[in-house]
Amino acid sequence: MRIADRGLIDRSRSVPFTFDGTRYSGFAGDTLASALLANGVQVVARSFKYHRPRGVYSAGSEEPNALVTVGVGGRQEPNIRATTQELYEGLEARSQNRWPSLGFDLLSVNDLAVPFLGAGFYYKTFMWPRAFWEKLYEPAIRRAAGLGALSQEHNTDIYEKAFAFCDVLVIGAGPTGLMAALTAARAGADVILADEDASMGGRLLGETEEVDGQPGHVWAADVVAELAAMPNVRLMSRTTVTGSYDHGTYGAVERVGHHRRRRPGLPLECFWRIVAKRTVLAAGALERPVAFRNNDRPGIMAAGAVRAYANRWGVSPGRAVTVFATNDSGHRTARDLMDAGVHIAAVIDSRHDAPDLPGVQLIKGGQVCDSQGRRGLESITVRRPSGEERIQTDCLAVAGGWNPSVHLTCHMGGRPVWRDDLLAFVPVEGAVAGLQAAGACNGAFSTAACLREGQSAGRDAAEALGYRGADAPLPEAEDDPYRTDRLWSVAGKGRAWLDFQNDVTVKDVKLAATENFRSVEHMKRYTTQGMAPDQGKNSNMSALAVLADATGREIPETGTTTFRPPFVPVSVAAMGAGGQGTGFAPERLTTSDVVSRDMGAPMIEAGLWYRPSFFPRKGEKTWRQSCDREVAMVRETVGVSDVSTLGKIDLQGPDVGAFLDFVYANRFSTVKPGRVRYGLMLREDGHVMDDGTTARLGEDHWLMTTTTAAAGEVVRHLEFVHQCHCPDMDMRFISVTEQWAQFAVAGPKSRDLLNGVLDVPLVAEDWPFMTCGPVSVMGVAGRLFRISFSGEHAYEIAVPARYGESLFKLLVEEAEAMGGGPYGMEALNVLRLEKGLITHAEIHGRVTAYDIGMQRMVSQAKDCIGKTMSERPGLMDRHRARLVGLKPVGAVKMITAGAHLYDKDADPVRLNHQGYVTSNCFSPTLDSVIALAFLHRGPERMGEVIRTVDHVRGIETSCEVVDPVFFDPEGGRARG
Amino acid sequence: MGFSGFRVLKEGLTGNSGWTPQWRDPAPKDEYDIVIIGGGGHGLSAAYYLAREHGLTNVAVLEKGYLGGGNIGRNTTIVRANYFLEGNSQFYSYSMKLWEGLELELNYNVMHSQRGQISLFHSDGQRDVFVRRGNMMRSQGDDAVLLDREGVRKLLPYLDYDNTRFPIYGALYHPRGGTARHDAVAWGYARGADQRGVDLIQNCEVTGIDVANGAVTGVQTTRGAICAKKVGIVVAGRTSQVAAMAGLRLPIESHILQAFVTEGLKPCIDHVISYGMGHFYISQSDKGGLVFGGDLDMYASYAQRGNLPMVEHVMEAGMTLMPMIGKAKVLRSWGGIMDMTPDGSPIIDKTGIDGLYLDCGWCYGGFKAVPASGFSFAHLIATDRPFEAATGFRLDRFRDGYGLMDEEGTGAQHNLH
Amino acid sequence: MRLPCPICGERDRREFYYKGAAEAADRPAPEADEAVWDEFLHLRDNPAGVTRDLWYHEAGCCSWIVVTRNTITHEVLDAALVEDQP
Repeated sequence: MRIADRGLIDRSRSVPFTFDGTRYSGFAGDTLASALLANGVQVVARSFKYHRPRGVYSAGSEEPNALVTVGVGGRQEPNIRATTQELYEGLEARSQNRWPSLGFDLLSVNDLAVPFLGAGFYYKTFMWPRAFWEKLYEPAIRRAAGLGALSQEHNTDIYEKAFAFCDVLVIGAGPTGLMAALTAARAGADVILADEDASMGGRLLGETEEVDGQPGHVWAADVVAELAAMPNVRLMSRTTVTGSYDHGTYGAVERVGHHRRRRPGLPLECFWRIVAKRTVLAAGALERPVAFRNNDRPGIMAAGAVRAYANRWGVSPGRAVTVFATNDSGHRTARDLMDAGVHIAAVIDSRHDAPDLPGVQLIKGGQVCDSQGRRGLESITVRRPSGEERIQTDCLAVAGGWNPSVHLTCHMGGRPVWRDDLLAFVPVEGAVAGLQAAGACNGAFSTAACLREGQSAGRDAAEALGYRGADAPLPEAEDDPYRTDRLWSVAGKGRAWLDFQNDVTVKDVKLAATENFRSVEHMKRYTTQGMAPDQGKNSNMSALAVLADATGREIPETGTTTFRPPFVPVSVAAMGAGGQGTGFAPERLTTSDVVSRDMGAPMIEAGLWYRPSFFPRKGEKTWRQSCDREVAMVRETVGVSDVSTLGKIDLQGPDVGAFLDFVYANRFSTVKPGRVRYGLMLREDGHVMDDGTTARLGEDHWLMTTTTAAAGEVVRHLEFVHQCHCPDMDMRFISVTEQWAQFAVAGPKSRDLLNGVLDVPLVAEDWPFMTCGPVSVMGVAGRLFRISFSGEHAYEIAVPARYGESLFKLLVEEAEAMGGGPYGMEALNVLRLEKGLITHAEIHGRVTAYDIGMQRMVSQAKDCIGKTMSERPGLMDRHRARLVGLKPVGAVKMITAGAHLYDKDADPVRLNHQGYVTSNCFSPTLDSVIALAFLHRGPERMGEVIRTVDHVRGIETSCEVVDPVFFDPEGGRARG
Repeated sequence: MGFSGFRVLKEGLTGNSGWTPQWRDPAPKDEYDIVIIGGGGHGLSAAYYLAREHGLTNVAVLEKGYLGGGNIGRNTTIVRANYFLEGNSQFYSYSMKLWEGLELELNYNVMHSQRGQISLFHSDGQRDVFVRRGNMMRSQGDDAVLLDREGVRKLLPYLDYDNTRFPIYGALYHPRGGTARHDAVAWGYARGADQRGVDLIQNCEVTGIDVANGAVTGVQTTRGAICAKKVGIVVAGRTSQVAAMAGLRLPIESHILQAFVTEGLKPCIDHVISYGMGHFYISQSDKGGLVFGGDLDMYASYAQRGNLPMVEHVMEAGMTLMPMIGKAKVLRSWGGIMDMTPDGSPIIDKTGIDGLYLDCGWCYGGFKAVPASGFSFAHLIATDRPFEAATGFRLDRFRDGYGLMDEEGTGAQHNLH
Repeated sequence: MRLPCPICGERDRREFYYKGAAEAADRPAPEADEAVWDEFLHLRDNPAGVTRDLWYHEAGCCSWIVVTRNTITHEVLDAALVEDQP
C-alpha cells in the first residue's frame, strides 16, 4: 500500500512490470520488493523444506525469503533478491520452488509431515533397500530441494573483470562510510567508495532523522556530490565488496546492468579486484528477528525494513501494523509509520522498562508468541504477565536487535568478539591487515557515533599513508544509547523459525544439542542452520544463542561458525568472466596458421598452440588417406612442416657449455660451433623432464629447443638452476620461441628444395647430419639446422617470425613442384613412431632415462640435475616397465594406445599386468600397425609374443616385442 | 536403538523425545591400548575398524576441535575409484567396495550416491592416457566406459560443444563414481566407533608424544597425559607438526585447496564431471547447490582460506565448459589444508618408532579414501603389517625410488601436483 | 595476494610461480649420501608459521626470489633475490 507524500521514489514515472505473469505497476526508484508490497502482494516465495508461503522480510541483500527468477533462456537468473532488484520497465519476475503455482504448491504437504522431517532425519532412514537410494529416494529429494532453476542454456550475457587500485577503500556509503571517504579524500588520498545500493547514503535513505539540521538523505546527497566532484575519488555504487583477501586485495561485484533492460555490448556485471593500501569497513548492521511460533508468515518483517519501505519507498507493508521490539528500533518504526498516517495496532516491547510511546497501545514486558493467517499474517498472539491476547494485524515489524556486519573481518580467519552490552559480536581488531571497522559494523549504533568513527577511520587511513588535511566538521546527529533486551526466542510450543530459508526451527537446534551435536559447527551442519543463501545473516546469532542455552553454555564459549567469502552470492559468470567460449586460455598461432587453414587443414590444439592435423587433397575422404600420403611424400620426396611451436631458448656467454652440461644428462661442452646435439633433460627427482636438440651457433652462442609442451617449464627450470645453483656462471638466456618461425624440410629431396630458396646453395660436405649455421633466404638472414624428427635427410630452417608466412608459402610451393608438399601432426607422429622417437606420450613424467633406453646418456663423468636421484635403486630396477616396440602377429592387426600388456596366456587382470601401450599408428611405410609400449623388463624380452588388451575398447591383440626403431635402424637415411 | 524409517516414524508420532546422543562425551582415561590422534574422517574410520575388525575397543580418538572438523567437513564429496597406478588402484578399488556397503554397515545414511563420474578429455593424447586408466580400472573388476563426443553429449547435453577453447573429444565414464554427504561419513563412523566402546574425546589437543627407548609410551594433551601402547597419527593439515613431536620430519608440504558451493538450484547436473584442460570438477548436492573445486592455490599455507587467482581460474574453467552455470551464484568458498607428498599419493606406514604409526599425505584426494584408509590403518596398528591393498603407501618410497605413484606425471617432488 | 618483487615492486600473486621451501636452492654435493638427498628433495619442516620459500617472477623480471612469509596469516616479512642470498 502506497503512502502519500513519502519516499524518495519518482511518482511521476510509473514503471510497469510483471510478477508470475500478472501485470503491476511501480515507480522509478522502487525495488521489486517495494513495488510488490505497494501492490499488496504478500506471498512472494516458498520456503526450502516445508514449502511454506513466504513474504518479503528485509530491505537489503540479506533477504532470506523474497528470492525470484528473472529472465528466460540464456538470461534466466534464479535466486534474485526482490529487495535489491531495481524496478525497470518490462521487468518480468517469477516465483520459484513451487509447483504448480505459488498459491497452490503441492509440496506444501511437507508441512504436514513435520514430525518426521526434523533435523537430520535423512541420516536415519532411506538406507534400505540399497538400490533405492539412487533410483527413488535421492531423485525425489533432489526434485523437492533447490530454489530457483537454471535454464540449462548457455549464458548469453556479457560479464567483465577489472582491477582497481587505491589508497583507501571505503566499504559502505552510509553515514560512517561517507564521513570516512570525505575525510580521507579531503586529505588527498585516492579513495574508492563502494556501496551495494543504487544510491549512496545507507540507512540514512530509510530513516527520517536529521543530520546537520537537514534530512539525512539530503546530507548524504550533498556529501556524495562533493565526493563525485573530487578527482581523487571513485564512487562505485551497485558494487558489493564480497571478500577480503591477502595484502589488501578485495573482490567486489558491480551490478552494471541488472537495473535496466539489456543494452547491446554492455556487461551485466563486472567483477573487480580492488587493491587498497588501507580499508575502512563501514558495512553497517543487520537487524535480527526474534524466534516465536509461526514467525515465518508473510507480513512479518524486520522493523528497520518496515520503516525503510515507508520512508524511502512510500510503502506501508500493512494497513494495521504491529511492532515487536526488544529495543528502540521498533519504536522508531512505529513513530515513522504513524507520522505517515499508517495505523499502528500495537507495539509489544519485551522490556518491562521500555520508554513510553505516546499515541499507540504499548505493551511493555510483552512477547509475541504466535501468529495466525491463512497465507499471510492476519493476527498475532501476545503474551504478557496478565495472559494472552490476539491482535489483528497484517504486518508485524520485528526489532530483535542489531548484528554488526562483521563478515569481511572474518574472511581471513578473524574471530569476532562478544560484547555483552550490545548482545552482539563485533570485529576483532587487526583481523584483516590494513582494515579498520567503523560505525555500526563496529558496534557503534547511533548516527553521531557512526559519523565520529567514520571521520576518525578516514583520518587514520589517510594519515597512515602520509596524507594530512583539516577534518571536515562533524555534523550534528542523533546519539541515542542502544539498549536491547536479551530475547532470542519466545518460549512455547510449535515451530519457531530461526533460519527462514532452510526451515530451521528452535526445535531443530535443540534436537541437535540432544543428539550431542553441541559444537556450533556440528549444529550448523546437522540442522543446515545458516547454510541457506543468506548464510545465516538473519539467523546465526539467534541460533547460537538457542544452542548456548540448550547446552548450558555462554554465547562466547559456544563460539561462532565462520563467515567466508563471498559476502553476497556472486555469479559464476562474473568471477569467471572471460572464460566462456575461447577465452579460457590464450590462443597461440604460428605464422603459417592462416595459410594452413586456407589449405583446408583442420587445426588441433597442441598446448596453447594450434597446429595443422593434415592437409587434405582432393579425393581424400579420411584423415588416414591424407596422413598416409604425407608420410609417403616425406619418405619419397619432400615435406614441409611448421615446427615453430617447439620452445627455442637463446643462450649466450662463455659458461653456456658448462651450464648445459649441468642441465642436460649428457655432455654439451664438447659440442663444436656449428654442430647440434640431442639432449635429455632430467628433473631433480631423476625422471625425464624434456628432450630436444641444442645447437652451438657460435663460440658463446647456443640455441636450445624444447618440446612444445614443456617450453615454459624448461625456461623456468633453467632460470632456477642458473640463479639458485650456479649464479656465478657467466651467461644469459631468453626464450625466442615467438621471434623465430621454423620449418622442417624433410625427405630425400630436402636439400634440392632448400637450394631453390637459399641465396647460396648448400654444399653437401659442409652440412653433415647434426650441423647448423647461418643461411640467407632471399636476402633474409636465417638459420639452418640439419636435424631430423622423421628419420629422413632433413633440415629445419628458421627466419625471423615476420618472414614466416612467406617462407612457408614458398617452401610449400617449391615442395609441391617437386611432388612433395606440407605435412601435418598426424604424419609427423607416424614418421617419428616409425623411427621410435619419443614424445610426451612416452616421457610422461614417470619415466627415467633407463626406462627409455637412454641410461647411457646420463654421463658418469659429470654431475647433472637429476643424476643422483636417478640412481636410486627403484629407478634402476630391471623389472621396471621399459620402452619397446610392438607389432601385431596374430589375426587382429590393431594395437591401441592405452591398452595393457599381459603375458600371452595370462588372465588380463591387474595382478598380471606387464605394461601399457603409449603410442600407436598405422605405418604406411611398413604396411603394418606399430606401437611403442612400456613393458616390464622390456629390452630383455625382444621377440617374445605378448598380448595387448584394451578392455575399454574391447580389443585384444597378439604382439611381438621388437626394437622401438621400426624403420631404418642404422639411421642411414637421416645421415645420408 | 538403531536408525530406520520405522524409528523416524515412531519418534515423529511421539514428539521426537526419544532421540539420544549419537556419541558420548567421555573424559579421557589415563591409559588406552591405542590412541588415535585426529578425529577426522580417517581417524574415526580407523577407530571404527579397530573395534569392528580387530575387537580393539580400549581406544581413544583425540580431537583438538570437534569431530569431523577438518577436511572431511570441507571437500567436494567425490567418491571414485579411477586411479591407474599400481598401489593406488587396488586401494581405491577396495575403498569403493567399502563405500558400497557403508550405509548398512554403519546404520547411517551417508547418502552415497553412485551417480556416475565423467572425466572429459580434449585431445587424442589425453584420450590414450584415459584409456590406460580405464583399462587399469577394468582389469581389477571396476567399471570404466570410453565415451566419444556424442556419447558425452547424450549424458551431458548442456556442455558447450561448439564454442569452447578446448573442444570435448570424449570422456572416461565411471558409473560407480559419485558423491556422499561428507559430514555424515564422519558422524556415521563416530557413532559406530562410540557404540563399540571407543572413547571419542573432543577439545583435546595433543601437545606432545612420549617416546622412551625407541618406543611410544603415550601422549601429552591439553587434558592431561594419556598413556598408550600404540599411537596413530592421522591429522591431515597438521601432520608435520604432530609428527615433529616425535622427532619425525616428513615428506609433506601443506597447501590450500579451495572449493565452492552455489545457492540451491533445481536439479541440473546429475553426474560428477571433471574437466580435462583446467582444474575444475563439479557435482550438484542433494540440497541443490553446485559443489565444485579446482587446483591448489599453490603456496604453502595453513590458513584454511585461499585467494582470488585460483577462484577465478575455477570459475573461468566452468564458464568455458558449461556456460549454463554462469547464472548460478557462488554462496560460499572455503579452503582445506592438504598434506602434499612429493608424488601426490598417501602414506600409511610405521615410523621407525615402535608403536607409532602414520596415516597422512592424502593430498587433495582423501575423502574417497576414508573407508579404506581407516580400514588399512586399523589393520596396520592392530597387526603391525600393512593391509594388502595399502602396501604401496610406504614412507620410504621417496628415498629408494621403489613404487612412486605419480598419477599426474608431473614429477615426484614437491609442488608439482 | 601480493608479493614484493625486489626488482619490480609489489605485484599480484598471479605473476609468480611457486616452488616451495627455500631449501630446494641448497643442492647437496652429488656424492652426498642418500639420506642427505632425501632430506633435500623430500623432507620438509613445513612450518605452521614463518617459512622461507621460493617464488619465480615468471610474468615479470624472471627473478627467483626467497620470500619470508607466515603460512598461517600469509603475512610477508621479507623478499630477496636468491642470487643475493649468502
